[in-house]
Amino acid sequence: MGLTGRSTGRHAVDRAPSVCRRSETDRVVALAGNPNVGKSTVFNGLTGMNQHTGNWPGKTVSIAQGRCSGREHDYVLVDIPGTYSLLAHSAEEEVARNFLCFGDPDAIVVVCDATCLERNLNLVLQTLEISSRVLVCVNLMDEARRKQIHISVKRLSERLGVPVVGISARKKQDLARVVRELDALPANNNPYRVRYPEPIEQAISGLQTVLEARELKRLNPRWLALKLLEQDKTLEAELQRYLGWDILGDAELQDCRRTVCEALAGQGLDGDRIKDAMVSSLVSAAEEFAGETVHCENHGYSGFDRRLDRILTSKHTGYPLMLLLLLLTFFLTITVSNVPSGWLSSLFGFLEEQLTAWFTRLGAPDWLHGLLVTGMFRTLGWVVSVMLPPMAIFFPLFTLLEDCGYLPRIAYNLDRPFRCCNACGKQALTMCVVDIGIRTAMPYSAILHGGFLTSGRYAAWAHPKSGSGF
Amino acid sequence: MNQKQTLDSIRPGERAVIQQLNVSGQMRRRFLDIGLIENTTVECLGRSPGGDPSAYLIRGAVIAIRAQDCRGILIRRPAEPAPWA
Repeated sequence: MGLTGRSTGRHAVDRAPSVCRRSETDRVVALAGNPNVGKSTVFNGLTGMNQHTGNWPGKTVSIAQGRCSGREHDYVLVDIPGTYSLLAHSAEEEVARNFLCFGDPDAIVVVCDATCLERNLNLVLQTLEISSRVLVCVNLMDEARRKQIHISVKRLSERLGVPVVGISARKKQDLARVVRELDALPANNNPYRVRYPEPIEQAISGLQTVLEARELKRLNPRWLALKLLEQDKTLEAELQRYLGWDILGDAELQDCRRTVCEALAGQGLDGDRIKDAMVSSLVSAAEEFAGETVHCENHGYSGFDRRLDRILTSKHTGYPLMLLLLLLTFFLTITVSNVPSGWLSSLFGFLEEQLTAWFTRLGAPDWLHGLLVTGMFRTLGWVVSVMLPPMAIFFPLFTLLEDCGYLPRIAYNLDRPFRCCNACGKQALTMCVVDIGIRTAMPYSAILHGGFLTSGRYAAWAHPKSGSGF
Repeated sequence: MNQKQTLDSIRPGERAVIQQLNVSGQMRRRFLDIGLIENTTVECLGRSPGGDPSAYLIRGAVIAIRAQDCRGILIRRPAEPAPWA
């Protein structure tokens, strides 16, 4: 299950969604971050029930907006898709990048996972290239502490040149701190910009000089120069629309681009190599920053996780454990849920009797009683008593399995057998969910879809081929 | 070892250092995204029950990669063994 080219292709992401500002003074804040870093927890915590979810024009990649108030300003928070980078390799990344670049957010909050900061810094560094009004939010500090990972938030902030706040998104007071930091976010930070290898830097400054003489709205000329070097086709169309002038038809600019690209090619940097060099610089910078600010008392992937994984995915115990868990889930969903189903059923039976008695006392005609009580009310009672308990058991169970990271391991275990039918291991989950979930909860497939199939949590353990998770 | 080795040749428990990516397109980008650049140390953690995708520890994250895709990743062996092995 994932995003297909057709459902999310260029048509799906060619326009930014409208942001619902209530007044002119509302500030739009984009919430960016890797998948599975608790971005939604931050979003939900900050906005409460004050949110609405819509789709990007062309659907599938959904975007949620919510409101929250600080002492100084009111904010419209826009939850953009979780991504590992902004290089637009997948539909989500394209959506994320387009919103950050062309959605004109007043500030960007990048949520990071304290337990693997290095990986997250890649996105932070890329975001700093786009905007200087960035607040970095290192989430899961409590979890990191438990894993004996210490992060120097102050040092990180000094190095990045933007405010950094360490939080545990489950705590109310931590979220209040985020809002305070947003209120206090300086208009002009001096963020760290990644240094690329010298030939690329020269090419950038060449292009930048030309670009600075153009009308760029809020785009950063250095960033734009970088993107022009990358020759990113999806971006060029977007730029044209945003800037309102023909960037490809600008003779001086294109000449300059050709010259610098030839110069780069002369030094062995052509096509893919330019991008490789850029990615390498980003990854190295992230490594350096993490090295300075993160202190681990043991290796990130510790002994306990290792042993557990060995059991969950080994040749002899992997499949039996999987079957056992599946059976247990089935058992709880089907057999155990009969008990609350029975309770609900007798409750509705009792209510129906009361209603009937009431109708008789009022002397209502038979057809009215038939329509309202034996017709509508009884059907409602049946549906609720049959469907609610299995759903109330299955979905939390599945979420539990997801939260403890077992689902990606299923995908890993089943990749080989599934590949025999030209599928991949991740589809095992779809099958599982569709089979069990939909069977018990057909009308709720919408919840299912929005709830976790698109939440992109499987990425860390997933096969790299299929984009950023589900 | 001068002969070219690829990532699929390391066994569970062994480590290797990435030398070069010999793949292109989408796969290359995914590899770069997960931090598989030159001089990155990678440890093989295990194989899936089916024997094919193997799990690798890359920059603190556990990633499963199929043997077929690993063949595009050139490695060299580090001199010292893993300190925690």
